[in-house]
Amino acid sequence: MRYAMAIDTKRCVGCSDCVVACQTENNIPIGYCRDWIVESMSGTYPELQLEIRSERCNHCSDAPCVRACPTQASHVGKGGIVLVEETECIGCKACIASCPYDARFVHPEGYVDKCTFCIHRVEKGQNPACVDVCPTHAMIFGDMDDPNSDIAKLVARRKWKTLIPEAGTKPNIYYLL
Amino acid sequence: MSKHLNRREFIRLAGLGTAGLTVANPILDWAKGEILTRDTLPGMYSKRTPTYCEVCFWKCAGWVHHNEDGKIWKITGNEEDPHCNGRFCPRGTGGVGMYYDEDRLKTPLIRTEERGKQVFREASWDEAFTYIAEKMAMIKEKWGPECMALFTHGSGGSYLGHLLKAYGSDNVAAPSYAQCRGPREVGFIGTFGEGVGSPERTDIRDSRCLVLIGSHIGENMHNGQVQEFSELVDKGGTVITVDPRFSTAASKSKYWLPIKPATDMALLLAWIHVLIYEDRYDKTYVEKYAYGFDELKAHVKDFTPEWAYGITTIKPHVIRETAREMANASPAVIIHPGRHVTWYGDDTQRLRAVAILNALLGSWGRRGGFYNPAKPTVPKVKHPPYPEVKRNWREAFPDKFKLAGLALASGLCDATVPNVERDCAIKGWIVNGTNLIHTLPNQKNTLEAIQALEMLVVIDTMPMEITGYADVILPECTYLERYDDLRVSAHREGSIALRVPAAEKQYNTKSAWEMARELGIKLDLKDYFPFKTQAEELDWQLKQMGSSLAEMEKIGVKKFPRPYNDLYPLEGLPDYEFWTNTGKIELYATQFALEGYNPLPSYKAHEEPPYGFYRLIYGRAPMHTFSRTTNNPNLNDLMDENTVWVNPKVAKEWGLKNGQAIWLENQDGVVSSSSIKVRVTERIRFDSVYMVHGFGHTNKKLTRSYNRGASDSELITRVHVDPEMGGTGMRGNFVTFRFEPAEEVEA
Repeated sequence: MRYAMAIDTKRCVGCSDCVVACQTENNIPIGYCRDWIVESMSGTYPELQLEIRSERCNHCSDAPCVRACPTQASHVGKGGIVLVEETECIGCKACIASCPYDARFVHPEGYVDKCTFCIHRVEKGQNPACVDVCPTHAMIFGDMDDPNSDIAKLVARRKWKTLIPEAGTKPNIYYLL
Repeated sequence: MSKHLNRREFIRLAGLGTAGLTVANPILDWAKGEILTRDTLPGMYSKRTPTYCEVCFWKCAGWVHHNEDGKIWKITGNEEDPHCNGRFCPRGTGGVGMYYDEDRLKTPLIRTEERGKQVFREASWDEAFTYIAEKMAMIKEKWGPECMALFTHGSGGSYLGHLLKAYGSDNVAAPSYAQCRGPREVGFIGTFGEGVGSPERTDIRDSRCLVLIGSHIGENMHNGQVQEFSELVDKGGTVITVDPRFSTAASKSKYWLPIKPATDMALLLAWIHVLIYEDRYDKTYVEKYAYGFDELKAHVKDFTPEWAYGITTIKPHVIRETAREMANASPAVIIHPGRHVTWYGDDTQRLRAVAILNALLGSWGRRGGFYNPAKPTVPKVKHPPYPEVKRNWREAFPDKFKLAGLALASGLCDATVPNVERDCAIKGWIVNGTNLIHTLPNQKNTLEAIQALEMLVVIDTMPMEITGYADVILPECTYLERYDDLRVSAHREGSIALRVPAAEKQYNTKSAWEMARELGIKLDLKDYFPFKTQAEELDWQLKQMGSSLAEMEKIGVKKFPRPYNDLYPLEGLPDYEFWTNTGKIELYATQFALEGYNPLPSYKAHEEPPYGFYRLIYGRAPMHTFSRTTNNPNLNDLMDENTVWVNPKVAKEWGLKNGQAIWLENQDGVVSSSSIKVRVTERIRFDSVYMVHGFGHTNKKLTRSYNRGASDSELITRVHVDPEMGGTGMRGNFVTFRFEPAEEVEA
C-alpha cells in the first residue's frame, strides 16, 4: 500500500481552504501551517501562465528527513506516510534542513511538526481534511499501489509532475497539469 | 514565497487545542481526539449542531463540531446543501475565528463625556435599550417615525427590519443593492422581467461556454458557483474572461481579454453586432420570445469590432472569434451578470447589454444558461399590520432612480445630510453588520451624514470603523451562538437550512432577535413579537411546513422537490409569457423608455486617468469577506494585508520595488491613511492598479488588522451615480504613488 495525493492544478483556485481546514482539524496553532498555497506565474503581459498548487509534505518514498533524524522520531508509517513521533523528537532540526520542500516546522511546543495525511482520519477510512474540504475537488487521496483506485487511474490518465524530482526523493504528491 | 517561511508568533487561543496534550503516541493521540468527538461515544462530545454560515452572503449550510471540552472545534459543510454540496470555502471553515476573536464587542456601550472628552462607558442592556427607545420616541414625536433608518447586511436584518417597520419606517437598506448587485437586477428585470437573484441562477454546471466580465470567480469565493466553475474548466468548457487583470479565472480561460478598463460597453455592443450581422444569434428563440429586435439591429449597426478595437484595445479578430465561440455553445452559454457591478454609473445599461447578449444566444431558461430557481415558502409570524408609512427615502430624490427596486443605502445616507430642499432628513440610524465607513463610497459624505444624526446605534460582533461613531453599541453574539431566521434557498431545488447555537454566548452579547424583541417591548410594540423564545418561533414556522425544530436539528437542511418540471422552462421553446410590459424578452426595454431612460444601451466614454495616475481597481480575496473578516484570527493568518498590484513597466518608471511600502493618493488629493506594499506583477495592465478590498482598518481595537494594508474605500471619493437605480459607480477613481504619508498624519 502506498498512500498518495493527486492535486489538480487546473481545478485549484488557490483559495487556501485546505490550509485553514488543516489548521482547525489538527489544532495547528495560528501562525503555523502544514500545507500552503503556491502561485507560480510565467510570461509577460499579456501572454501569461499561472499554476496554482496546494503544497505539503510529499511523503517521499525515499525520505531524506527520515534518514537525517538522529532519534528515529521521523519514521515511515503505514502506507508510506512519513510521520514524526513528537515525544521522541529532540527539536534538532536536522530533518528541516534535509527536506527539499520546506514542509516541516518547529511546533511552539518544541517538536517538529508536518502533514500526517490526517492519518487519524485515514485509519477510519476518511480522506485527509484538506481533500474533503476542497470546494473545487482539486485533491484526490488514495492508494497508488491499487491500480483500481481513483488516484491510480487519474494519475495514469493525466499529465502530471512531482516537485523537485531531481532531489531523488520519490515524492508521493502528484500535480496534475 | 510559501506562507510557512514567514510564520508569525504563536497566539494561543483558549479552547482550541488538543495539540498540547502529551500522550505516548501522537497517532493514538489524534485518533483519540477524533473518537471523542464522534458519535461512537455517548455524551455531549458527540454533538454536532447545524448552522449556516454568516461569514458571507452565500449562506452555506454546515455542521459545527465540538472537541472533547465541548468547545467549538471545526465547521464542515452539509452534504445535502445545494449552496456548498458538503464543502465549505476557506471563510466558512475559518468561521470559528469569528467566535474566538478576542477583539469582539463584549458589552453594551454608551457614548458619554468625561472631562471634556468623549468616551464610551459600559452599560447594562436595559440602560442601552432605554436610551435607544427614548431617542426613537423623540424622533417619532418630533419628525415622524420615517426619520429612522436601518442599514443591515446579514441575518439580523429580518428582525431589526421588522422592528423598524412596526415602529413606522420602511427605510431599510442593504448596501448589497446600491453598492453591489442592484444594476444587474434592474438590467435583467428590464429585459426578462426577472432578476438574477442570489445564489445566481446561472447553470454553470451544464454550460459549455462561460463569459466573465470583471467577475473574478475563484477570488470571489461564491462557493457553489466556484465549484461549478472548476467543474466546467475540468470538462474542457470554454471560459472567456474580460478583465484588466490576469485573475485566477483568467488563468483558467481559453481567452483572456485584457480590456482597457471602463470600456466594457463597447465590447458588449461589438459582440451583439457580430452575433446579429454574422447571423449567429438564436433566430427561432428570438423570433418567438423577443421584442424590439429590429430596433436593436439598427442600433448596433455601426458598433463593429473595428470600432470597438480603438476603444477597448481588444483586436477585432479576437472579438469576432469569442462571439463565435459563444454562438457555437448556444444555448449552453452564460454571459455572467457578475455580482459587484457598480462601476462607472452606466452600469444598469451595461447589464442590459449583458442581458441582451444572453437573449440573443437563447440562454435564458435553457440548460447550461439560466435556470428557473425554486423557492419554498416559509410562513410568516402573525402580527398586527405595520403602521402606514407616509414617506420614505424616495422623497429626497424626486424624479430620480425610478427603476430602483429596493432602498438605497447610499440614498439613506444622502437623505441624512441636511439639505434645504429635503424636508425628510433622516435623524436616526441603526447599523447592523455593515461597516458603512468602508462600505459606502465618499467617506466625507458619510461622516457629514453621521454628524447630522440624533442617534447612531451600531449592532455588530466586532469593533469596526463605524462603531467609533456610535452613540450606542450593542454587541451581537456571533452566528455560532444563536438561532436565526431559516435560510430559505432559491436554487435548482428549493431548500431551507437551520442555524442553532453551537455554544453558549460568550461575553455580554445578544442576538438580533433578542435585541429586536426587547427594544420592541420598550417601544410598546409587544404585539409584534408574539413568541417568547426564538426556538418556539422557529418550531411554529417549521411545523407549518411539515417539519419541526427537532427534525431540523438532526438534518440541518431540508429540500423541497420542485412542484413542476420547470427547471429550464424554455427548453423545447413552449409558449411563454415573461413578466415584462410586452410579455416578451425586451431587447428594447419599454419600461426604460416610459421612465425616460435609454431603452437600448449605448457606449459612453468615461474619464481616463491623468498622467502619472492609474485607475484604482479593487476586488476580493478568497479568504476574506469585505472588511469584516480581516481581523478573524484564522483568516487573518491566511492573508493579513493587501498589496497594490503594479505593472513592471510602471514600477520601473517610478522606481518601485516589490514589497516596498508606499502611500496612494487619489485625484482629489486624498492620501491613504496607512501604507501598502507594492506587488510588481505582469498580471495587471499598465494603466491600472489593483488591491483587495477590506484592509486598512483605522480602528485600533482591531489588534490584528489595524493599520495593515490600505483601504480602497478611503480613496473612492468620486462616485458616478447610476441614473436608473442610484447605484454608486466606484471605478472612476485614479491614484498615484507617494513615498511619504500625508502631512497631517503623524508617522
